[in-house]
Amino acid sequence: MSFLNKFRNSLSGNKTGFIDRLGSLFSSGEINEEFYEELEEILVSGDVGVETTVRLVEELRNEVKESRLKERAEVKELLIEKLTEIMASSEDDIQIKGEPHVILMVGVNGSGKTTSAAKLANLYKQEGKSVLLVAGDTFRAAAIEQLEIWAERAGVELIKQQAGSDPSALFFDAMNSARARNIDLVIGDTAGRLHNKFNLMEELNKINRVVGRCQEGAPHQVLLVLDATTGQNAIAQAKSFNQSLPVSGLILTKLDGTARGGIVVSIQDSLGIPVRYVGLGEKIEDLAPFEPAQFARALLES
Amino acid sequence: MFSNLADKLQNTLKQLRGKGKLNEKDVDTAMRQIKLALLEADVNFKVVKDFIASLRERAVGQEVMNSLTPGQQVVKIVNEEMTRLMGEKQSDLITAEKGPTAIMIVGLQGSGKTTTVVKLASYLRRSGKNPLLVAADIYRPGAVKQLQVFSESVGEKVYSNEEADPVDICKEGLKLAEKDSHDTVIFDTAGRLHIDQEMMTEVATIKEAVNPHEVLLVVDAMTGQDAVNAAASFNESVGLTGVILTKLDGDTRGGAALSVNAVTGCPVKFVGVGEKVEALEPFHPDRMASRILGMGDVLSLIEKAEASVDQEKAKEMEQKLRRQQFTLDDFKEQMKQLRSMGSLEDIMNMMPGGANLPKEVKQMSLNEDNFKRVEAIISSMTAREKQDPAIINSSRRKRIAMGSGTQVQDVNRLLNQFNQMQKMIKKMGTMDKKGGLKKLKKGGKGFPF
Repeated sequence: MSFLNKFRNSLSGNKTGFIDRLGSLFSSGEINEEFYEELEEILVSGDVGVETTVRLVEELRNEVKESRLKERAEVKELLIEKLTEIMASSEDDIQIKGEPHVILMVGVNGSGKTTSAAKLANLYKQEGKSVLLVAGDTFRAAAIEQLEIWAERAGVELIKQQAGSDPSALFFDAMNSARARNIDLVIGDTAGRLHNKFNLMEELNKINRVVGRCQEGAPHQVLLVLDATTGQNAIAQAKSFNQSLPVSGLILTKLDGTARGGIVVSIQDSLGIPVRYVGLGEKIEDLAPFEPAQFARALLES
Repeated sequence: MFSNLADKLQNTLKQLRGKGKLNEKDVDTAMRQIKLALLEADVNFKVVKDFIASLRERAVGQEVMNSLTPGQQVVKIVNEEMTRLMGEKQSDLITAEKGPTAIMIVGLQGSGKTTTVVKLASYLRRSGKNPLLVAADIYRPGAVKQLQVFSESVGEKVYSNEEADPVDICKEGLKLAEKDSHDTVIFDTAGRLHIDQEMMTEVATIKEAVNPHEVLLVVDAMTGQDAVNAAASFNESVGLTGVILTKLDGDTRGGAALSVNAVTGCPVKFVGVGEKVEALEPFHPDRMASRILGMGDVLSLIEKAEASVDQEKAKEMEQKLRRQQFTLDDFKEQMKQLRSMGSLEDIMNMMPGGANLPKEVKQMSLNEDNFKRVEAIISSMTAREKQDPAIINSSRRKRIAMGSGTQVQDVNRLLNQFNQMQKMIKKMGTMDKKGGLKKLKKGGKGFPF
């Protein structure tokens, strides 16, 4: 099933959602002040954020005037273009190379790091890569057991230590073990942490350093896991995590709910961090690569 | 928390305060700024609309126009309206008249249900209850284990049965609670999306089976506009009695706190403010409103101090101050007590005007690391040195610095501070005859500074 279909499917059954409202807004009527106002409201209610929304609508206004657009449907196409443009800043394919290639999962509590790590492991396992999962959340009760069960389901190897142990030491072991076993890809789970907790962010930075010392260039990717229901605070999250270690991409989880995840538009707009994957359900295969153009279209089409 | 919203509203309202008379244009500008500030704080846009409408009505009304200080009058109205929006009064848990009180915890995935269940149990335990926990999340890998491990670490009992289905688990749990005469039973249910029909039916069936006194929805304080959709759906299919807001210790502006009550009519009963098991507090709308506006929350501060400061120790300290025998050990003890009240930034935010301090100042003077360093330095001293710091010569200083992993300068700085404090205490000792110390105690609650 393609990303678009899956995304649309996840949206069906949601009657008051973002997409239907946009659909009806664009179907008929003239382009007037009311139209823009409602457009603003819809974008804000999709968590796109006031600043980005105001700017987007302002630009839209100017371009509509310039090109003398008359139909709401034309404005829709224009908006899709704009959204795509914002989100497509970096569509480059990620090469899984480096011996091994290392991905770190970071994020606040409850965003879905452990589940996403397992889904990602499964995705690359399907592609024929050998994957090692690192149970780096040594803090939350039973987080290790949770990842263990997932690893079994995905059929990938897992490295762990006792609960409460130092995650940096675990990552040191993981890197050595991955090299000894000729593993292609190491996916590291980490404990959830609120981005304003200085000490916890330092711990993350230490993991980053340890991994980098074990192998030059690692970690190759740091993925910030973001709950699609998150509001404007997601920008603060992205900023803070990015300060502690260079965040290379986002995983947007729980997009199968009613939340539109419009916040990624703002994040991409202000920080230039692209979305890499989206989580669309609770099963291990419910993770899809993010496709900006389709995402933008899916956002606006009912 | 809320620091951003508070800053914004205060800037807006400060501009109003300076005015002698308000015209409609002033009010419009202020309303637009308040509206944007609220939207940026993730308050639901429909809620914002209503809020602004009722605010405007009052702001252009007689009570403001006739006031000599219209700006302050608007602040008062914003405060009142916000309190109203968040449910007016603190709302207690409903308890059963007979048999165990049943509390059901529901919510989306990752909102913090399991952690909250244990925190709630611990909160109830501290207020003299005897709760039993029931693990009914059989779906997420490791969820039952998580509840068991976390509960055991704080000495709470959990009933679980991973072979059974959630409805039966809850029924059995309730029976066990009755049999073992627990006065409270808390059900931890699986996280579910509010549009997942099957799962919503399940949670409704559980509710029917155990007939809970409380159905509490756990909401992540960082949730955006979608918070109200989820809350409304849960309320519709299950019927909620209240809300618990989690992760409020982040820097979220927490618009969810303002929105959920307005949309569901269910009061926010508790807030989660940290990862420790004690970090669950009753929610006070009035206090939260004045906190949002940066007017301080002295009531909470006093309650916190009373809960964390050991009365016996405070008395002992007072005696020591009287006899001017305040040693470095006492200094350390005082700092420990202060820290047990929570993070220093939190405490500062509760002081009137505290929220207005520039962030850098707060972080610089309240750096938790400084405290740790001071503690380490004092701990590295011998008993005699602590009693009589005058004997600490340069070689002792070097040793102390080595032992505590600090620099000699740090040791010097601490000793200087302590010297100054002792001088101050001596001064107060002479003042005491005129009743000065009593005053200090009354106002300062035994803080060293």
